[in-house]
Amino acid sequence: MIMQKSKPSPAALALCIVLTCASGPDTARASAPQLQDAAGNYGITGASRVHFSVAQVGGGGIVGDFGKFSGNFRIDGSNISRSSVEFTLYPESVETGESRVEDFLKSSAVFDSATYRTVTFRSTSVTQTGPDSAAIEGTLTARGKTRKERFSVKLTDWNSRSISFMIRGSIFRSPYGMDVGTPIYSNVVEFDMNIKGQKH
Amino acid sequence: MLRNSRSTFGWVTIVLHWMIAALILGLIALGFAMRRLSLDPALQFSLYQWHKSFGFTVLALAAFRAVWHLFERKPEATAGLSPLERHASATMHVALIVLTLAVPLAGWAVASTSTLNIPSFYFDWFVIPHLPMAKSEAAETVWTSTHAILAYMMLTLVLVHAMAAFYHHIIRRDEVLARMLTLRQRRRGEIEKASGAPLVAKRK
Ligand code: HEM
Ligand code: HEM
Repeated sequence: MIMQKSKPSPAALALCIVLTCASGPDTARASAPQLQDAAGNYGITGASRVHFSVAQVGGGGIVGDFGKFSGNFRIDGSNISRSSVEFTLYPESVETGESRVEDFLKSSAVFDSATYRTVTFRSTSVTQTGPDSAAIEGTLTARGKTRKERFSVKLTDWNSRSISFMIRGSIFRSPYGMDVGTPIYSNVVEFDMNIKGQKH
Repeated sequence: MLRNSRSTFGWVTIVLHWMIAALILGLIALGFAMRRLSLDPALQFSLYQWHKSFGFTVLALAAFRAVWHLFERKPEATAGLSPLERHASATMHVALIVLTLAVPLAGWAVASTSTLNIPSFYFDWFVIPHLPMAKSEAAETVWTSTHAILAYMMLTLVLVHAMAAFYHHIIRRDEVLARMLTLRQRRRGEIEKASGAPLVAKRK
């Protein structure tokens, strides 16, 4: 948040004043970031973290990150439900700390990244669920199959230029033809992402 | 019927022998295929899991067989075998029994030390825990080659063992293979014993 900066830029200060005025009587509780205040168009930056895990029988599981992705989102300040996001990730960039697991995930058994280079998500609706949280529904396309999925979003930090969210979602693999390894490995992939946006 | 008699094998020995034999030969073929052929990765993954489940099955059967072999009485060697042949076959059987235990144990060590840490989910039924061994690439490599060397060593011995059986059956025309296949010989012997009269007489 703005307060974290020891030397706020004039622009940030100006924005701070504007927002404070705009939020009127709510100023006292302004410590929690509010979605409305973060309106704007953003590009997803490389500082984001796209983390996932797949549980296995007997405990533990496969955990990893996707290193390469891109996307944009727009927060509509006057009507959060008109906000939108589009996100692309490149399965080729999967990292798990074990090269054999990575090769397997990229292979025809899972992502088939040679044939399907990207996994994409496009929002179809955004529902605000709290002052700093929302549920995003949209279409996820992976391995040539498209399905409706849902992610929950929580605003964690923002300032005049950048914003960050915690995004979580549980995605079933089998509808995408990626059910290899079940039931040893769970059919559900838990996504736990920290998405950082930079204002356009 | 179930137990070995003085002259031949009972059902327990026979069934264990052929179940283990079939599983061993299948597992060697499966192990070779899954490791050495270039397969579809999803198929390869499930073949590995089948291999482990069947391998554990052999381990359990082989453990039972080892105990059985130790404590069950052994039929006398088929008539006509030289002392050298008796000694060689007995040694071969002990070597095979030890290998049917050592090979799956080494396989279990592969799964246990592998940095892939893939659970052994016995026929998708219950998890067989890994052996308490440290996971590292080095340990996994050592156990992988131990498992492979022992498995192919066992294959060589099995071939010699089976050739010996066929040699006895086809060239020597003795009872060696037949008595591991059926109870025929013993049944005849038992009927004889029970009736107290030679079988020939009863046929009339
Ligand atoms: C009597 C039972 C078994 C037999 C005859 C057997 C045989 C084999 C053979 C022939 C191979 C291929 C070796 C090569 O070509 O490199 C193999 C590989 C393997 N076996 Fe077994 N196996 C048995 C039991 C087991 C068990 C119980 C496990 C694990 C719980 C196991 C785990 C493995 C693994 C993981 C590999 C692959 C190693 C690698 O790719 O690094 N095996 N086995
Ligand atoms: C298809 C191949 C096989 C054939 C034709 C075969 C044949 C035989 C025969 C005829 C006997 C009886 C020998 C006697 O009278 O003393 C025997 C015993 C035995 N065979 Fe095999 N066998 C085969 C495969 C195997 C395999 C794969 C194993 C284990 C790795 C094995 C392990 C043994 C053992 C341990 C005995 C001694 C049985 C006992 O005394 O309890 N055999 N086999």
